[in-house]
Amino acid sequence: MFAFIISRILQAVPVMLTVALISFAMFAYVGDPVAIMLGQDFTEAQRDALVRDLGLDQPFWMQFAHFVANAVQGEFGLSYRLSRPVADLIAERAPATLELAFCAAGIALLVGLPMGVYTGLYRNSWLSRFFLTFSLIGVSLPTFLIGILLILVFAVWLGWLPSFGRGDTVRIGWWTTGFLTWSGIKALILPAITLGLFQLTLIMRLVRAEMLEVLRTDYIKFARARGLPNRAVHFGHALKNTMVPVITIVGLQLGAIIAFAIVTETVFQWPGMGLLFIQSVGAADIPVMSAYLMLIALVFVSINLIVDLLYYAVDPRLRIGRGQGGH
Amino acid sequence: MSNAPPLLQVKNLRVEFPTRRGTLVALDDVSFDIAPGEVLGVVGESGAGKSMTGAAIIGLLEPPGRIARGEILLNGRRIDNLRYEEMRRIRGKEIGAIFQDPLTTLNPLYTVGRQLVETMTTHLPIGPAEARKRAIGWLEMVGIPAAAQRIDSYPHEFSGGMRQRVVIALALCAEPRLIVADEPTTALDVSIQAQVIALLKTLAREKGTAMMLVTHDMGVIAETADRVAVMYAGRIAEIGPVREVVKHANHPYSEGLMASIPPLDRRVERLAQIDGAMPRLSAIPRGCAYNPRCPQVFDKCRALRPDLINAGTTQAACWLYDTETARD
Amino acid sequence: MTAAMKRFLDSDLWWSFTRSPVTVLSAVVALVCVLGAALAPVIAPHNPFDLASLNLIDAFKPPAWDEEGVREYLLGTDDQGRDVLSAIMYGARVSLLVGLSATLFATLLGVSLGLLAGYAGGALDSLLMRICDIQLTFPSILVALLVDGITRAALPRELHDQIALFVVIFAIGISEWPKFARTVRGSTLVERNKEYVQAARVIGVPSARIMVSHVLPNVVGPVLVVATLNLGLAILSEATLSFLGVGVPPTQPSLGTLIRIGNDFLFSGEWWITIFPGLALIAMVLSVNLLGDWLRDALNPKLR
Repeated sequence: MFAFIISRILQAVPVMLTVALISFAMFAYVGDPVAIMLGQDFTEAQRDALVRDLGLDQPFWMQFAHFVANAVQGEFGLSYRLSRPVADLIAERAPATLELAFCAAGIALLVGLPMGVYTGLYRNSWLSRFFLTFSLIGVSLPTFLIGILLILVFAVWLGWLPSFGRGDTVRIGWWTTGFLTWSGIKALILPAITLGLFQLTLIMRLVRAEMLEVLRTDYIKFARARGLPNRAVHFGHALKNTMVPVITIVGLQLGAIIAFAIVTETVFQWPGMGLLFIQSVGAADIPVMSAYLMLIALVFVSINLIVDLLYYAVDPRLRIGRGQGGH
Repeated sequence: MSNAPPLLQVKNLRVEFPTRRGTLVALDDVSFDIAPGEVLGVVGESGAGKSMTGAAIIGLLEPPGRIARGEILLNGRRIDNLRYEEMRRIRGKEIGAIFQDPLTTLNPLYTVGRQLVETMTTHLPIGPAEARKRAIGWLEMVGIPAAAQRIDSYPHEFSGGMRQRVVIALALCAEPRLIVADEPTTALDVSIQAQVIALLKTLAREKGTAMMLVTHDMGVIAETADRVAVMYAGRIAEIGPVREVVKHANHPYSEGLMASIPPLDRRVERLAQIDGAMPRLSAIPRGCAYNPRCPQVFDKCRALRPDLINAGTTQAACWLYDTETARD
Repeated sequence: MTAAMKRFLDSDLWWSFTRSPVTVLSAVVALVCVLGAALAPVIAPHNPFDLASLNLIDAFKPPAWDEEGVREYLLGTDDQGRDVLSAIMYGARVSLLVGLSATLFATLLGVSLGLLAGYAGGALDSLLMRICDIQLTFPSILVALLVDGITRAALPRELHDQIALFVVIFAIGISEWPKFARTVRGSTLVERNKEYVQAARVIGVPSARIMVSHVLPNVVGPVLVVATLNLGLAILSEATLSFLGVGVPPTQPSLGTLIRIGNDFLFSGEWWITIFPGLALIAMVLSVNLLGDWLRDALNPKLR
């Protein structure tokens, strides 16, 4: 178990380093940070001082090592656009994005999973057909349009829910939460549905496909031939086997929610990391972009690790070294 | 061979598959009985309908396949028209099943013990503790060494042959009176096929379980079965005591099939083979399905389908044994 | 020709097509979208880019069926008096152009690299698949955003505006190639070990020719399915990028741009400026996705 975790963490290191390399390459070679930071008027001496400060006179690998060392400490320099430390900017906005992503993931999982199981088991019922049609529309609807439609109906026409911002938030240490106020919760509803809907339909379709696949296997037929009740066949045998592939993709999808939050946050002017990122892309604010990239990579790598651990818990074949099974 | 009332009766069974290009008749007019404790071998080429017959009996035909006509009776009770839940109680409890590939028939995520226990607690009035005790007994009975430890192993920790033993234990553990074994040794190494067949035969005899043994291996049939049914293109071509069918087959097809078995007691230069191939279900010829390949074909075979006719020691679906035809 | 036609009409593909009313309907919708977009300059009632014809008096006209609507503007007008219907037709042109080009680019790149990885094997294969793995862990929209952001920072502003359309195509294409590469690599591995390929190898047919003439035809089916399903995704990506304001230049508005512009008027009640382009986008993507779904099921009988 321990060795398993260590090996997975070691596997994640090259991925993080690759992403760091891309981030660094963006940082070092795209645009001219010195020119951007100095603005219009500067002397040659000022310029040289800044180059030294930024370590731009050092060889590539030294700079990269420096960048990684800083990144590990959460140090990403100053935003070109806002002239504030990138780490502060991100820390300020992370709670908004994480709370939104958490709610969206909850909706996607709690609704998508049962719908997928149902449509897999009762593939020809009218409810399944309805779910499938609904899911296809969900997959085809761009996130921003869902947001716009929800705003039109619930904010503009009905006036029930706010259309932008986080509402009132409560500060707990450095974390700001919208969960503790009525206006904060109201403000969360539409963005969370918007963000969760696409993942929901994706999870549902995936679970359904896997369920159908598993129901065709010999061991399910054999379970039926042993006369096990449908409940045991479906939820004991089929569902557990469905979970093995589903865990991976669902894990990645939940990670994707944080990235997809970019769009939702733009529609709802949600003050999170995604909005920060998109403003940075528009302004070519490279330090923020590279920090965000690293952060997303870290989220994905962590999710991958959790997924692997879950896998390990579900599938006994992983617990024993390969080669013992078979003929 | 036995005068006891039959355990299983299959009467004029017809299975159809509706497809876009019309309905395929996978089984037509299949009738046979199995007496308590009797082993009926079912042989034939791939696609002859052997496995389909087994699937129909356990009530697990793959959709869109369906029983279009005929009856299946177990102890005189019709079981082909039962609702899913009623049939479920019969599966495992009264009719056990063994599938072809032991590598895929066991759920990889559960220990073999759990799979045995759930089967027994489903069908027998016993609790989990008692079921576990019996599960160990069954594993011992099917020849798993150190059963008490191995019961908590997962399927992938067993070899193919051992897994098929586990499958046999699963099929027998609720003490059914009939086992439908569909090619139980085909997927196994040749070296362990004989062991598994011997085990199956012994256990069936000890428990008095009847068996429908589907295989394309005539050696297995000759070794194990009391009677044998030869299937061709979804129909029974010949049925009779295994000795008679093997030694003196009456239907030209069974004759050809038996001639293609390499004899153990003498060397032959060249094995006989039947020319041509079994027709596809969508293109079964008029009259006797075997007529295009039959060396003894005559006009009537091309026009009319023969039913099973008494042919001395066996019953054969062949006009050669029709008294009127013979007189012609 | 007639024989080929007859064979097609008799094929399973055509049969499963005619049997599914939803598929036929989506084909019709897709055709209407494509024709409307392609023939926009000919059949659009107005030219939204002809500034001389715009009249601010006509601004914010609701759809024709509304009391204040004008028959001349079926789906109403925007803040500058532009006919929404015409803008949609011209916008769909850009959306389709970008979507198709990006998918084509991703297909070419992915198929070539997938063939190479599957056929060459070894270190090259591992490297390419590793890149796929890493890239696939990130949502394609994020990759497209990054590529777009980097080019924006790397290129001078005027140059970027000039080639913005190509940047978007490149960004979306780059974000989607791994799916093609994976599919093709998988099929290639299967084909490579088949006897006819081994035989061709043995008699000394050059590897490149084996790949193109023997392996490629066998991966066409799966690639077609992935391409159709990705076309919908590419159109969505473009719309999303444009909605976020980092996509196609404002001089060539796509459906996404129209939605973004219209979004500003949602609260003042002029919903039609954003909703109609939105519906057009949905119709386009939904029909393409339905066709893709059907194609996948039809070419993969196992799943039926």
